[in-house]
Amino acid sequence: MAVLDIQGLSVSYATPRGELKALRDVSMIVPERKIVGIVGESGCGKSTLISAIIRLMAPNARVAAGDVMFRGEDLLGRSAAQMRGLRGTEISMVFQDPMQTHNPVLTVGRQMMDIQYRDRLTKAEKRKRATEMLALVGIPDPEARLNQYPFEFSGGMRQRIAIAMALMAKPSLLIADEPTTALDATLEVQIIKRLRELQDDIGCSILFISHHLGVIAELCDEVVVMYAGEVIEAGSVRDVFHTPAHPYTRALLECDPGHIREKTRNLPTIPGSIPDLVNLPGGCVFAARCPQRHAACAVRPEPQFASPGHRAACHLIKAEVRA
Amino acid sequence: MLSFIFKRIGLAAVITVLAVSSLFLIVHMIPGDPVSTMLGPRATPEMRAALETRMGLDKPLIVQIGLFFANMLRGDLGMDVFSNRPVTEIVLNQVPFTLTLILFSITWSAVLGIALGCYSAVNRNSLGDRLTGILSVSVIAVPAFVVALYSLLIFAVKLQWFPAIGAGDAGDWGDQLHHLVLPSLAIGLSWVGYIARLVRASMLEVMGEGHIRTARAFGLPERRIVFGYALRLAILPTVTVIGVGMGFLLSAAVFTEIVFSRPGLGKLVIDSITTRNYPVVMGSVLFSTLIFVASTTLADIVNAILDPRIRAGK
Amino acid sequence: MTDTTMPKPRSELGEILYHLVRDPLGLTGLVIVVLILASALFAPWIAPYDPIALNVPDRLQGPSGAHLMGTDQLGRDTFSRVIWGGRVALQVALPTIGGAIFFGLLLGMIAGYGPKWLDNLIVLLFDTIRSFPTVMFALAVVALVGPSLNTVIVVIMVTSIPTYGRVVRTLTQSLKEAEFITAEKSLGASTPRIMAVHILPNVLGPLAVLAAMDIPTVVGLEAGLSFLGMGVKPPTPSWGSLLNDGYNLIRNTPWLIIAGGIPLILTTIGFTFLGEALRDVVDPKLRGKGGK
Repeated sequence: MAVLDIQGLSVSYATPRGELKALRDVSMIVPERKIVGIVGESGCGKSTLISAIIRLMAPNARVAAGDVMFRGEDLLGRSAAQMRGLRGTEISMVFQDPMQTHNPVLTVGRQMMDIQYRDRLTKAEKRKRATEMLALVGIPDPEARLNQYPFEFSGGMRQRIAIAMALMAKPSLLIADEPTTALDATLEVQIIKRLRELQDDIGCSILFISHHLGVIAELCDEVVVMYAGEVIEAGSVRDVFHTPAHPYTRALLECDPGHIREKTRNLPTIPGSIPDLVNLPGGCVFAARCPQRHAACAVRPEPQFASPGHRAACHLIKAEVRA
Repeated sequence: MLSFIFKRIGLAAVITVLAVSSLFLIVHMIPGDPVSTMLGPRATPEMRAALETRMGLDKPLIVQIGLFFANMLRGDLGMDVFSNRPVTEIVLNQVPFTLTLILFSITWSAVLGIALGCYSAVNRNSLGDRLTGILSVSVIAVPAFVVALYSLLIFAVKLQWFPAIGAGDAGDWGDQLHHLVLPSLAIGLSWVGYIARLVRASMLEVMGEGHIRTARAFGLPERRIVFGYALRLAILPTVTVIGVGMGFLLSAAVFTEIVFSRPGLGKLVIDSITTRNYPVVMGSVLFSTLIFVASTTLADIVNAILDPRIRAGK
Repeated sequence: MTDTTMPKPRSELGEILYHLVRDPLGLTGLVIVVLILASALFAPWIAPYDPIALNVPDRLQGPSGAHLMGTDQLGRDTFSRVIWGGRVALQVALPTIGGAIFFGLLLGMIAGYGPKWLDNLIVLLFDTIRSFPTVMFALAVVALVGPSLNTVIVVIMVTSIPTYGRVVRTLTQSLKEAEFITAEKSLGASTPRIMAVHILPNVLGPLAVLAAMDIPTVVGLEAGLSFLGMGVKPPTPSWGSLLNDGYNLIRNTPWLIIAGGIPLILTTIGFTFLGEALRDVVDPKLRGKGGK
């Protein structure tokens, strides 16, 4: 059974200009013990997706349609109190900016013990658990460091602490929202490696959001590509990155600095920008920027399977498969 | 932590020295001889001679200031022109009344202000929030003595709910409390609004920060987040404001003591000015300055306790 | 999407007024302030009676057709005294705040822009002045020098200087690092020129806000000192001395206290609303202008 099963999720925001359709008919699955990556540029809906899963949405947001099933149970129907029960225990999060993640005037130890408030352990036991987690993420001298404040740690260490806190309750699902974007490359590598080890140890699933294709390729088993609020391609990392089926994915790979083979003065970009999410043009959402657009693109494409387990929302696939 | 405390107290001492010296210099800058200035027209020749020796008027200015401080540190602020009692004793007799009034006022207004500010921040744009906002803005700067006079008129003279005079019988807590109500209302009223707005703005800012989102993502109960995590941070500017506010409260206390005929530093100063009892005037001013410097220092220290970043000098 | 721009207002002041008027609070404040200023300015023509004219037979009357706010213990018309009292209030407030702004600007800019030792010195000066509870300090000086309007003006001005000085200093410090200053320096602009032409205009906005919010305090302080008998001398009408009379006669008539308090309350509300609205107008503009 999948840890997370999202079917047809649509989320909109009420804005003065009108209804902003941030997510439209999003479907994806996070299987047990697997790491699934989400790739997409700003505005693709990643943040909205996460906030919908853990149900910490902005006041003007509403779920227009769809299901979010967590281990077979419907999340959207749960009460606020029930959701709160899941957060930090079954579903955990790691955020992007390590400098802002922790309360600056409370010790790390205090914060790590606070999140265990539901557990019936003695203070000493909670402290021990925190110490062990810190050691697990590679913080030296963890016992002493519990008494220190966040500003006494570097960015990389703070992110490790964030991961330690997220994994302390051994959640079924860890959602990591661009956890390494604010760190430099060497730190990124270390943290990814550590994350993989921990995931193996604990056996949780990870939903890993990033716009860094190299990291996704390195860490994830499967990947979902999002654009302007829709899932336009999904499959195993190998399938999607080696044989991308959607023009957007192909363009993304071409533009990724890691993929560029020949010397060039100008980095390639995808011309244009994402469409207005309030007044959406009909048809394929990528059509305006797609080098291969044609007449059929005026109709919104259904996801097609380029190969088993590898789907993309593009009319061209049907044509290719048929050919 | 200790080093911070020492440094802060050191700064307070420097400022006190400068403030006292300024007073001293002002006395000397007044045209005429300082002894007459200090003692006024009622000084007898013996008092003048005594003061001249104490102040060491024939010695250079620096030595005079030094003597002044030496005396001050010994607790000797001179003698009352009339009763020949030490000024220090007279002033210290009145200080508890003023301190009680001020502390009572700041306590109720801070507690109410913080509560209202929190409520406004958590229930933004609700009726309660908007009402608090409008009332705060309009009430904030109405001078305390106007509030004192109006409440004296309405609640003491017309409605007779509260006493109009004095601090109540010594030893009778209830009576003293009864006498505290109107004066502390007058002093604290403008502060409630000010603190409420400050806390509201602070809380709104803090609640939007990343670590609050983290706390929610970990399922911490909302109450713990608001008080243990958000307010803990948002309260810091309020502590500073309260520390500095003691200066304003002291000023407001002067008026309030006059209006309600309460004993205290304010009444002492005014009476002494009227009777030209200058040593007492100076002693009172000195003391109130000390109280003020002490309260700002205390506020800074409390802030350092609450916020480890300040201790580390970040 | 077409670019829609508002028609450009004619001047800086015009733009400020334009925004002020659209804010209900600001409008209320502006109206009240204009009323107060106008009544003070045109006191001789507005006041129905001579404020110091005695009329003892008519003493201590309540409000009536002849006397809008009643009469005081010497039969003088309270309403006229209130109107003329506004003059006194302004006579104190304007030079006080003007002087405080002048010295505050001077010291604040020097502290913010100059060398560190000078900055430390000036800050120490500010902190020392601020360490005196204002009224106590005023009382001490009045005790030594004797009560008079000028004493009150000088004392309140000196104690207000740090309020303005600190704000100017902070603004100067942040502007010092702004890019357009660096650009000017690289073009060879001298320090006084930079201070006068670039820093000063950016500082005036927040100063105006501060001054608006400070006027009620200063007026209140003057009234308070007069109330204690340490300020204006009788028979000059001042709101504070009105309140003093009212206090002494509180069991005879409430009207003197009520009459004395109303102008102070109005001044507070008017200038505070105005200051708040001004702050909303000035702040976003300042942020866009060159500060970080």
